[in-house]
Amino acid sequence: MAAGVAAWLPFARAAAIGWMPVANCPMPLAPTDKNKRQDELIVLNVSGRRFETWRTTLERYPDTLLGSTEKEFFFNEDTKEYFFDRDPEVFRCVLNFYRTGKLHYPRYECISAYDDELAFYGILPEIIGDCCYEEYKDRKRENAERLQDDLDSENNQESMPSLSFRQTMWRAFENPHTSTMALVFYYVTGFFIAVSVITNVVETVPCGTVPGSKELPCGERYSVAFFCLDTACVMIFTVEYLLRLFAAPSRYRFIRSVMSIIDVVAIMPYYIGLVMTNNEDVSGAFVTLRVFRVFRIFKFSRHSQGLRILGYTLKSCASELGFLLFSLTMAIIIFATVMFYAEKGSSASKFTSIPASFWYTIVTMTTLGYGDMVPKTIAGKIFGSICSLSGVLVIALPVPVIVSNFSRIYHQNQRADKRRAQKKARLARIRVAKTGSSNAYLHSKRNGLLNEALELMGTPEEAHVGKTTSLIESQHHHLLHCLEKTTGLSYLVDDPLLSVRTSTIKNHEFIDEQMYEQNCLESSMQNYPSTRSPSLSSHQGLTTTCCSRRSKKTTHLPNSNLPATRLRSMQELSTIHIQGSEQPSLTTSRSSLNLKADDGLRPNCKTSQITTAIISIPTPPALTPEGESRPPPASPGPNTNIPAIASNVVKVSAL
Amino acid sequence: MSGCSKRCKLGFVKFAQTILKLITGTLSKDKIEDELEMTMVCHRPEGLEQLEAQTNFTKRELQVLYRGFKNECPSGVVNEETFKQIYAQFFPHGDASTYAHYLFHAFDTTQTGSVKFEDFVTALSILLRGTVHEKLRWTFNLYDINKDGYINKEEMMDIVKAIYDMMGKYTYPVLREDTPRQHVDVFFQKMDKNKDGIVTLDEFLESCQEDDNIMRSLQLFQNVM
Repeated sequence: MAAGVAAWLPFARAAAIGWMPVANCPMPLAPTDKNKRQDELIVLNVSGRRFETWRTTLERYPDTLLGSTEKEFFFNEDTKEYFFDRDPEVFRCVLNFYRTGKLHYPRYECISAYDDELAFYGILPEIIGDCCYEEYKDRKRENAERLQDDLDSENNQESMPSLSFRQTMWRAFENPHTSTMALVFYYVTGFFIAVSVITNVVETVPCGTVPGSKELPCGERYSVAFFCLDTACVMIFTVEYLLRLFAAPSRYRFIRSVMSIIDVVAIMPYYIGLVMTNNEDVSGAFVTLRVFRVFRIFKFSRHSQGLRILGYTLKSCASELGFLLFSLTMAIIIFATVMFYAEKGSSASKFTSIPASFWYTIVTMTTLGYGDMVPKTIAGKIFGSICSLSGVLVIALPVPVIVSNFSRIYHQNQRADKRRAQKKARLARIRVAKTGSSNAYLHSKRNGLLNEALELMGTPEEAHVGKTTSLIESQHHHLLHCLEKTTGLSYLVDDPLLSVRTSTIKNHEFIDEQMYEQNCLESSMQNYPSTRSPSLSSHQGLTTTCCSRRSKKTTHLPNSNLPATRLRSMQELSTIHIQGSEQPSLTTSRSSLNLKADDGLRPNCKTSQITTAIISIPTPPALTPEGESRPPPASPGPNTNIPAIASNVVKVSAL
Repeated sequence: MSGCSKRCKLGFVKFAQTILKLITGTLSKDKIEDELEMTMVCHRPEGLEQLEAQTNFTKRELQVLYRGFKNECPSGVVNEETFKQIYAQFFPHGDASTYAHYLFHAFDTTQTGSVKFEDFVTALSILLRGTVHEKLRWTFNLYDINKDGYINKEEMMDIVKAIYDMMGKYTYPVLREDTPRQHVDVFFQKMDKNKDGIVTLDEFLESCQEDDNIMRSLQLFQNVM
């Protein structure tokens, strides 16, 4: 029921008295209003701005926050008002919804902020009034596209699972910048496309005379050279096509795609030419086929984004183009007919038939005006001028639509690229900030441990060592500390030397450690993959890919006679990886996931088999007792079990 | 013939004006009719004290009523269309337009085609706070569609059909063709004392006051406000 109509309910009920005398059966009892309050004003304090409204206004929509008892949670006893710590600008719209029954979407508001506010107040966005609904939907779609774009590009860059050879090849073809081989291939094919196109063009240039015969085009003069060039190009193209066909995830779909059709059309003439003999009959058709060689120039669209955008624009403006074509056709037919009949009388008129007038009409409407056909009669001239004027109009109308479409798509692409470029810088800055906070914890831990030592010694001093930390910080650190105590592990110190590598080893940092553990598990022949995989798969595909890829490199890690240096480097990498887990560039939850996986493993790892297996890894660094000023980077997670089991006190962390 | 030539002249003048506009390229000015429409009909009710005196509502109740009224009809008057729409919101399953039409004419005592706030509140005052006598008189007025002082069978049929329409098609038991007619017959049997085929106000009042059910149901909406 609509909002304001609820106010008319007393009227509707009163009008029901009109049914009473006619009623067959006795009436049911009326519901009583138990807490019949007088309508009162309630004050809604939204971030300091006070809104006041009647209670009944809010009660019009009982399934929202403000209309139900949920708002009692926000009631402030002291000031006797409802306090919401939200955006007052959007609240204006929300309150107007209660008052007028229509929800409006202000244009200046960010779409996701608005959505968040609506979700908070329990209002469905579908209720937005017709006046603003279109705008809302457009903005929402744009935003979703943008986010999807980012996500896709992210996936493209980040997802590097253990690809089969075929998949790597496909990736190399699609994104040339992923590997040097792909880049080389990209440029080579580009070069050969250019060569092929140029040879096709130069072939037809008259090239000087052979003594004794007329001027020949270069193609016939140096036919062998051109043939060799052509063969080389076609071979490259064929190889490329076959490789793509092999690597394509869905061969059927690949065959149907536009680019592959262009490829086929580009190389077919050559093979057909090979097959066909020098027969006079078919050579005519053969010559026609050579025209198709010009399609090779379309292969450039793989190399140029602008071309692709143009193609995409044309595709998306298909309806406008169709309209343009249709209106042009109509106009052409009309004017051709008129011109034909106007010029029928004049002698030696070129307008021999209506189709012949088509040429004149087209040339005039596009304002070309070749002048090979001109009207001679006065009527013809009048209609001819009308024709040319209307031609300008008809063509000028749909063109801006196409232009604006192209501009929109082009700018979208530009923005996407810019965003991707900025993203790296943004993430790097965020990472720096996060390392700051993790460092803070480790620093305070150092100080805190000192405090613990003091406490052990019996001096009840407060933790006022070094700089004072805020309450939230200290609580956060306490939380991390509790986690360490729970698991029996601890965080590692940040080695300034090693921190250099953090920038290069991007998000695969902490993964290595996990994989490391995985290897240690696998090698100790525990069948955890079942327990492992869920936690792995719970990561967003990142860990699985990374783990399986790296696993190739490090399968022989534990229980092996690896040189200490190699292990050491592995350890170092792993330390960085734990470090990396503190600086989740993508989500903080990933680090917690990491820890969770650790926790899941810990109890399993604590069995004696595993510990012995792990001990084979150089542990002396790990067993440094606490309190050392600058302990070397210790081994990661699993290794800490050893000291934990050996002696409950010794912590592996370097703090 | 003169009318024809007059029309021709008008048409020609208009045509000439259009050509002139085409040539000079002026924007089409707002027509005068549009301007007249823009001045909205706006009615303000009499003062609060007067209404309080005239009706049985307190000031506070009048305020609440007016707020609801003004929200739905900012111009201060309700026309029949709006009335029907509002009433239809309460009966989504059926077609409340006919009954709303009769209601509207019962509310619109002065038969102006629009219900002002005073009419609205007066009627509500009778229905909710009036005496039994007043309520019954109002109901009689509602049933008497042509306002001639008598209710005949056709009027009653219309009213009863309108009420059944509000129920809609999906009822249990399914509405049969002759149910309204039977209903009206029962009603007339009860009300029409002298069996002359019409019910007068006195007959109506008398019959209703004899019926306990009706008396009880009239008190049903005492505390609606």
